[in-house]
Amino acid sequence: MRHGTREYTTWSLLIGVVVVFAMFPVLWIMSLSFKTPATVGDGRLIPKEWTFDNYKGLFTGGWDSPLLRPLINSILIALIATVIAVALASLAAYAIARLDFPGKAIVLGGALAVSMFPPISVVGPLFDMWRALGLYDTYPGLIIPYLTFALPLAIYILVAFFREIPWDLEEAAQVDGATPFQAFRRIIFPLAAPGVFTAAILVFIFAWNDFVFAISLTSSNASRTVPAAIAFFTGESQFTSPTGNIAAAAVLVTVPIIIFVLIFQRRIVAGLTAGAVKG
Amino acid sequence: MTDKTRAERKLGFMLCAPAVIMMLLVTAYPILYAFILSLQKKDLRFPDESGFVGLSNYVTVLGSSLWWQAVFNTAFITVVSVAIELAIGMVIAIIMHRAIFGRGAVRTSVLIPYGIVTVVAAFAWFYAFDPGSGFVNHLPFIADDKAWFGGRFSSFAVIIMAEIWKTTPFMALLLLAGLATIDESLYEAARVDGASAWQRFTRITLPLLKPALLVALLFRTLDAFRVFDSIFIMTKGAQNTESVSIVGYQQLLSRLNLGLGSAVSVLIFVLVLMIATAFVKGFGTAVPKGN
Repeated sequence: MRHGTREYTTWSLLIGVVVVFAMFPVLWIMSLSFKTPATVGDGRLIPKEWTFDNYKGLFTGGWDSPLLRPLINSILIALIATVIAVALASLAAYAIARLDFPGKAIVLGGALAVSMFPPISVVGPLFDMWRALGLYDTYPGLIIPYLTFALPLAIYILVAFFREIPWDLEEAAQVDGATPFQAFRRIIFPLAAPGVFTAAILVFIFAWNDFVFAISLTSSNASRTVPAAIAFFTGESQFTSPTGNIAAAAVLVTVPIIIFVLIFQRRIVAGLTAGAVKG
Repeated sequence: MTDKTRAERKLGFMLCAPAVIMMLLVTAYPILYAFILSLQKKDLRFPDESGFVGLSNYVTVLGSSLWWQAVFNTAFITVVSVAIELAIGMVIAIIMHRAIFGRGAVRTSVLIPYGIVTVVAAFAWFYAFDPGSGFVNHLPFIADDKAWFGGRFSSFAVIIMAEIWKTTPFMALLLLAGLATIDESLYEAARVDGASAWQRFTRITLPLLKPALLVALLFRTLDAFRVFDSIFIMTKGAQNTESVSIVGYQQLLSRLNLGLGSAVSVLIFVLVLMIATAFVKGFGTAVPKGN
């Protein structure tokens, strides 16, 4: 089919609007992160005077700096939660997709119900329990609640993916003389790995993003993650607003995720739509 | 029952057990505990006055104008943001589905807001509108000194814009997946019969998109109802902009009133249940099934 110039112009315009809409707030906060305190209010998109002080300030003081520990906490907590969630969810999703047993609809329905849970409803009891158990302001104290939204999400995505796998191939390989382990490693694992990886990406983004649990169940940089740390930034003195520092921290916590999203965009789209549409 | 089916059942239970136990432990048990706490007077600042008080915490919450204002605020933000998201999401989905070029660019750029931490998105919008650091007040037709966060509904406007910006991509991607399942030949046939673009949209696209549409609406509505991060960053609930989650947080963690806060938590849980039930019963949202 041929398309006229007018059609190209219309599409270019539409696409341009969408791209600007999506990118502008990000560009603005990036611009703020490079501005000096004197020019932070000038309203210009391109900074007049460039500075890296906002970034340096986040890491001065080494271990006690405002951002270093929260950044390490965020990475470790999100990674550990992802590994645990994906491991447990893989077992359950395999059972639901492959085996016949009563109650699998209940497990899936239950996971859906859990995913609708408002986090604030469990924050109070967790706060009380964690103080009693000594989990308040620790890694496990955040990792465990993260499993509330990570497990249902991972189970949903993995069930949708595992249903598409031609499991008969496993038996066929065994008939041809492969051991069960060989059949799994050579046939099923390569087919299942992309789904598992997709679930892992989305769980990681969710855990990286959490705020309610992060500010409620931590009290210091010992376990505070970046979103919580940013929210509690104060300026160097009570007369300076930490705008530049917050903008710089925002850029640092955003850039890895953006790179991540750009590299794995196909997987993310597949994962987001896997559970919902096939219904 | 043969040995094989029995073995299969046993394996099925065993494989599901760890995930199920974990989910019960971090949701079912705490919500039950929240219910028990909500029947007690338990204020960590006054530990001596603890004790069973029955439903009086609920009477206090339901009798306070703060709670009802928060319910109104939450419902207002939810309805307005989800409605606008649906409209913009539909347009973006159609652009991604029909674009003759540049689909990749659109998909990439809409995924960026999705990937961004909500707190960062909230700061990005806050700093755009804040008179001290923003560009919005430098735009033509807008007063240079407009204090966006000084009034209730102008605060809502910015909060809602941030919510829409952050979560429209999710809506658009789910709708795009729904569009992809529609058979193209239906449109061809309609075109041959002389249906206009609008007729094709309302007679073919919308009815066939209904399942995906309702699932997307259900998820976004429940998610919007939990709104917390943006409000916490932008106004902390000042100017009467509290959402129900903010009220719960303030009672539980700022005032350490676990009894009253738990009553708020349980009420929020009940509201979420009501919304979900309304969607499933009222609109016939297809909840994904086991088979």
